Amino acid sequence: MTVLLLLLILAAIAAAGFVLGRRRALARAGGNPKLLHSLPAYYGWHAALMSLLPAVLLMILWVIAQPIIVQRAVTDTLPAAMTADPTALELTMADVRRLAAGLDAAVAGGQMTENEASMLRTEFTDVRDKLARVGVALGSAVTHDVLSAAQEYREITAQFALWRMIVVIAVAVLGLIYALAVTKPDLWARNRVERVMLGLLMLASTIAILTTVGIIWSLFSESVNFFRQYPFTEFFFGLTWSPNFRGGSQLGFLPLLWGTLYITLISMVVAVPLGLFAAIYLAEYASKRVRAWVKPLIEVIAGIPTVVFGLFALITVGPFLRDYFAQPLGLGNSGSSVMTAGIVIGILNIPFISSLSDDIINSVPQSLRDGSFGIGATKSETVKQVILPAALPGIMGAVLMAASRAIGETMIVTMGAGAAAKLSLNPFEAMTTMTVKIVGQLTGDTDFAAPETLVAFALGITLFVITLGLNVFALWIVRTYREQYE
Amino acid sequence: MNDMRITERTVQTNQAKITARDVQVYYGDTHAIKDVSVDILDKAVTAFIGPSGCGKSTFLRCLNRMNDTIPICRVEGKILLDGEDIRDVRVDPVQLRAKVGMVFQKPNPFPKSIYDNVAYGPRIHGLVRNKAELDEVVESSLKKAALWNEVKDRLAAPGTGLSGGQQQRLCIARAVATSPEVLLMDEPCSALDPIATAQVEELIDELRANFSVVIVTHSMQQAARVSQKTAFFHLGNLVEYGDTTTIFTNPVDPRTESYISGRIG
Ligand SMILES: Nc1ncnc2c1ncn2[C@@H]1O[C@H](COP(=O)(O)OP(=O)(O)OP(=O)(O)O)[C@@H](O)[C@H]1O
Ligand SMILES: [Mg+2]
Repeated sequence: MTVLLLLLILAAIAAAGFVLGRRRALARAGGNPKLLHSLPAYYGWHAALMSLLPAVLLMILWVIAQPIIVQRAVTDTLPAAMTADPTALELTMADVRRLAAGLDAAVAGGQMTENEASMLRTEFTDVRDKLARVGVALGSAVTHDVLSAAQEYREITAQFALWRMIVVIAVAVLGLIYALAVTKPDLWARNRVERVMLGLLMLASTIAILTTVGIIWSLFSESVNFFRQYPFTEFFFGLTWSPNFRGGSQLGFLPLLWGTLYITLISMVVAVPLGLFAAIYLAEYASKRVRAWVKPLIEVIAGIPTVVFGLFALITVGPFLRDYFAQPLGLGNSGSSVMTAGIVIGILNIPFISSLSDDIINSVPQSLRDGSFGIGATKSETVKQVILPAALPGIMGAVLMAASRAIGETMIVTMGAGAAAKLSLNPFEAMTTMTVKIVGQLTGDTDFAAPETLVAFALGITLFVITLGLNVFALWIVRTYREQYE
Repeated sequence: MNDMRITERTVQTNQAKITARDVQVYYGDTHAIKDVSVDILDKAVTAFIGPSGCGKSTFLRCLNRMNDTIPICRVEGKILLDGEDIRDVRVDPVQLRAKVGMVFQKPNPFPKSIYDNVAYGPRIHGLVRNKAELDEVVESSLKKAALWNEVKDRLAAPGTGLSGGQQQRLCIARAVATSPEVLLMDEPCSALDPIATAQVEELIDELRANFSVVIVTHSMQQAARVSQKTAFFHLGNLVEYGDTTTIFTNPVDPRTESYISGRIG
């Protein structure tokens, strides 16, 4: 709440900065904008940014640092017995924070005055009961120490919030004053503002990259834990997947890899020709009107949630394949199968491939078509021999990206192919993939130290490496061959 | 100017290869070609000249129905090739274009090897029976386009990796390889240096022995050097058409006169 208020105040200061900065620049130039290095608005932006940026930066740091400092201060008030062991401390602090939040809620809700909250004593009141009545549930009875720590916590937090407000606003005002002081006709305001913009753009991409790094790091560290407990070779070369939480698990990843690749293969066999042909039709043959209708219709598929596709696999495709193919051919009688999941994932990927390929085909220059028609080639000769080769790198990229989507698909596999890890060639048999097992090993009541759970991270990082490899390969292909018609 | 000399070449035949009558072309509501009637002679080079945007390319594209590929383009009037209406329903535009080949204003080699670029036409039209014949066609076409010496060691390299002028000559070789009866060239030399230009002009002169060639050019000297007939277009009208010698020495229309002497354009 106070943070929000603070942000509003900062915005107001920045807005004032804009107006003042602009006006001051004009005033210094004697009202003649031609004498200014940059357009007047840039001086306004400059002042606004100078007041906003340092203040916001300070606020972010403060919000991060405050809980750590408060915790340290509160810890000192607790008896040493409760804070000696880090786990115990962690639990106590969680209690303290909960209680403090409960008191906050009670005060905010009007069931207690601020004074009552800070005067509350376990000796005179059953705090747990009192808070329960105002709708705040606490796990255990409140001890004297915890209550006084919570009160301390609230007090320090409140103080900090006040100081934060004062300091941040002061910094904003100082920034504004500095900006106004340096505003002169020969200040390169435009360049300064653009540098800040560049910084923001870089920040955005850095955040994206840092997230990826964070994901990899967490996967990696947990995988290391896993491989401490389970041999590397048995994971990568084991042929059996049978996890058992009572011990004696066999966690061979090959059956899962096989299931993943098999399903992906089938889905690509479905998606590539259909998607590509649809794209060729749309890009080269369809009239404007047909295109205006058909393209969105195909793209509707992309908007269907995968769980709905899963239902379709489970209820329609699976039984259909079993009754009309698997049983008559004597290939088993399983409703869920690699084939079911593969076909449905393939359908899911059709719009992905077709709309990417459509764009790629459309970006083949018209002059190449003219060149081909101009020496008497038909439309289909032109498509086959000129347009597709020209568009091939891009199309390959689209196909590989679709493949990595298929590899990562979970819902459809769970519902269409089942959860049994198996090494088999029969496409009508139930099998499963790495993603399904990642979910499977992590859901339910699990012990995060057991190899049966940690294997999910090893699977995750392997999957990540595979799809990353595919995507890098796709990008490489696109890059290498893109220049061809430039 | 020394280049301005007009070669005295006799037209070898007076037989019309292409006859256009009252041709109108519209791009949507824009009337780009108005009432153009012209006879393009067999075994002769015809030059189309005129200021930019006057409709030279548009009219050229009518002659092999390339305008069909532009949805908003509408063509009216009669265009006969060897006495047969090329816009008749019985005429397959694809076969027409095999007979009336085209080289475009901007080089547009396919993203294939140099060899495959040239072999493209002969292959799709089944003009050769075996690899040896194809090799021969490719070589002779590249030689005609004055490109052979530069690329003979790297026929497998991509055609798009050539320089702009080389690409244009590659496109000429590609068009020649199909052995069309009429070759339409839209400013084929605009990206070429004087040496390559001279070679292409020589090629055009050679082609004249067997084909009818139509060339669009912005260079008066080039029109004067290579063509026997010249047509001057202005704002979609065919202003004057006649023997190159006459057009350049003794034009009838004042607009022709001022264009040639550099006063409009
Ligand atoms: N695809 C098109 N769509 C709409 N209008 C077009 C199109 N192509 C050409 N035009 C118009 O038709 C007229 C004739 O164009 P054209 O390309 O035939 O000129 P040009 O004589 O070849 O000129 P240049 O010497 O510059 O190549 C121009 O006014 C042009 O704007
Ligand atoms: Mg033109």
